[in-house]
Amino acid sequence: MGVYEIIFWFLTVMALSCALGVILSRNPVNSVLFLIATFFAISGHYILLNAQFLAIVNIIVYAGAIMVLFLFVIMLMNLNADTEPQKNRLVQIAGAISGGTLLLVILAALRTSTITTLDQTSTDIGLIKNLGKTLFTQFVLPFEISSVLFLSAMIGAVVIGKKEKEQTA
Amino acid sequence: MPVQYYLFLSLALFCIGMMGAMMRRNAIIVFMCIELMLNAVNLLMVAFSKMYNDSAAQIFVFFIMVVAAAEVAVGLAIIVMMYRKVHSVDINILNRLKH
Repeated sequence: MGVYEIIFWFLTVMALSCALGVILSRNPVNSVLFLIATFFAISGHYILLNAQFLAIVNIIVYAGAIMVLFLFVIMLMNLNADTEPQKNRLVQIAGAISGGTLLLVILAALRTSTITTLDQTSTDIGLIKNLGKTLFTQFVLPFEISSVLFLSAMIGAVVIGKKEKEQTA
Repeated sequence: MPVQYYLFLSLALFCIGMMGAMMRRNAIIVFMCIELMLNAVNLLMVAFSKMYNDSAAQIFVFFIMVVAAAEVAVGLAIIVMMYRKVHSVDINILNRLKH
């Protein structure tokens, strides 16, 4: 068992336990912190898979921007206390059972697939240079369309947030 | 490392996210579980990109992140607006889509 396997299993256990922490902790702030830890574990997996650019982008965009936005909203609404009322037990059990059933069914379907081993030799397709070349030649049209998506999302968020103020004022 | 391990890991992460989205009532936590499911798919995409030695899957992951960022901006704006109206983020109160 080499260093690669040890890092893989460590990151796997960290990702799964922190993901369980997200859905099981009562305090929303703890959920956000667990989710940030999960994203760091997933970024570690990206580095193991030679996707260095995506690992950095995952940390900057997800752990840096999106999760801070979540934390801001939670603290803005003052939800850090446990305000969630006790839910119907039946719905919780039904949710857990249906999620677990999905896991079991897909696991059983994929269990006998042929084993393909990923070689641990480092490739350079995940570097910024190669990804940028692909992005700006082959995928340049989706890239430009995503800028329109961002603009519309920005305008939409501002409009949704502003309309309420005008009504209350 | 067999690619199946990554397949099972991302499957487990996806199912945990789905369980959370069904079990929890707090709209923000449901939203975070959706992010977790998106990340599980991203991890699988990167594993397949390594398997086929093709960078198109990593570009696809990049676009998923872009769409997720836009989705979070609009979704959190909607949650904040709902909270101003009904003073709660409980999805059982929000399910009527009116106040």
